[in-house]
This record gives sequence, C-alpha cells and structure tokens, in this order.
Amino acid sequence: MHPWLSGFVGGLAIGVSASLLLGVAGRIAGVSGILGGALRPGVSDRPWRVAFLLGLPLGATLFRLVLRGENPHVEMVASPTVLVVAGLLVGFGTQEANGCTSGHGVCGLARRSQRSLVATLTFMASGMATVWLEHWLSGSGG
Amino acid sequence: MRESAVALACGVLFGFGLALSGMVEPVRVRGFLDVTGAWDPTLAFVMGGALLMTGSLFPSILRRNRPLLRGRLWLPEKGRVDVPLVLGSLIFGVGWGLAGLCPGPALAALALGSAGVWLFAAAMLLGMMVHSMLGSRSG
Repeated sequence: MHPWLSGFVGGLAIGVSASLLLGVAGRIAGVSGILGGALRPGVSDRPWRVAFLLGLPLGATLFRLVLRGENPHVEMVASPTVLVVAGLLVGFGTQEANGCTSGHGVCGLARRSQRSLVATLTFMASGMATVWLEHWLSGSGG
Repeated sequence: MRESAVALACGVLFGFGLALSGMVEPVRVRGFLDVTGAWDPTLAFVMGGALLMTGSLFPSILRRNRPLLRGRLWLPEKGRVDVPLVLGSLIFGVGWGLAGLCPGPALAALALGSAGVWLFAAAMLLGMMVHSMLGSRSG
C-alpha cells in the first residue's frame, strides 16, 4: 500500500476510535491526557484509562499479525541521550499544554476548540523548527 | 467494566491505526516536520483521515450530549488560550521533533520491538510525573 494511502486509512481508524470513545464512554481520546490521569495518585477512573493505554500496543501487535508484510519501521533516529531528553520534553510539555497530537490535533480540532488550534499550530511549528535547527547545526543544510 | 471494555477496544483500534498509518515510524514523522528538506506529507494524510471521521461524527455526539454508557461527556475547556498552553506546546514540539515520537505512537510502538522506544516512553512518564510534582497549574 502506498504510504499516503495507509496513512489515510490509519487516520480513518484513529478517527473512528476517537469517535467511539466519545460517543460511548464520553471521553476524549487524548493519549497524554489519559496517561497523565492514569498516573495521578488516587484517581478514581483509572481502569478505563489503563484499558485504553494497554490497547495501543495490542493494536500495533494486531497490525503486525494481520499484515505481516508491512512491518512498521520503528528504528530510532536519535541517540539514547537525545531520546531521554525528548521523552522528558514530550511528557512535561503535553501535561503543561493539556494535550498532544491526539487530544488537541484529532479531537480538539473536531470540537472547533480555539485552544486546540493554537496548540496544534504551536507544536507543529516548534517540531518543524527543531528539525530545521538540527539539520542546520549538523551542517547538512535546511 | 463495560466502560473499560469499550476503552480497550478503542485503544486497540487506535493502536492499529497508528501502526498502519506510519505514525509509529520516527523517520516518517520527522520527514513531515522537515519542511525545508525532503518533505514527507504522509502525516497530513493521517491527520486528514482522522479529522474526516471526528469532524463528521463529533458534532452529533456533542449535540446529543449523552454517550451511550454514561450520563455525561468529559470535555476539556476549549476557549481560553493561556501561557501554559502555548509554552507546553512549544516544549512538546521540540521533543516531538527530536525523537519523531509523540505519546500515542510511543506507547503503540512499545510492541514493535525497538529498545529505544522503551527509553523514550520511560522518560516521557518521568516528564509527566515531574510536571505533576511541580504542581499542576490548570491550563
């Protein structure tokens, strides 16, 4: 399958999942929000959060079983040190911003949330600037 | 119980979609962010597909305001743009650009056999805990 097509179909699946979670359970499918909530001590609604989060790697496993020929290419591009720094920034930043690509990008934009529009444009611009700066610093142009 | 079963099913579908879409591939995500280089538009198709569904299904769910299993919807505030929102998104974007991973794909990719993803995910959890220890300013 062409990557643009599998991207689009994968996106449809993500959108259906987010719509089901909202329409059936009343919850926003924002991964950083669900995860942040699950980590909070004494939170009363942990079971559904943990169930959703466990579903993510299970779904990826299912994909691998169903489509054996199309193994996603998950090799890391960053060094271990950079991965740790990046993980800390993603964890801290998404909690501060109350959302990530799924919560703000997929769900918030569909709610016409002004906050989510600002967040999505900001993290996209910041991600693009980061990649550009990295290339520029390494001298490979940009 | 039923709520958890639904959440699990939604998580599986979400994870399947992430794996199929290529969002679990750091090279592809960074390719999308690399607008001045060899730009890879795949992520735009992923967002387009997802927004096509949420954009057409959310309005009736929101209008009905009563999910099938529960008496209410849990919706974050959508109006007030504040400093934590912008600052947090800036910080998140830097990490996203550096690793090519955001929270959903990072968790989904735990099953796809790369040790680096586990390192990233552990650091991400730590970053979240640091944030909650510093006291969550609600944004």
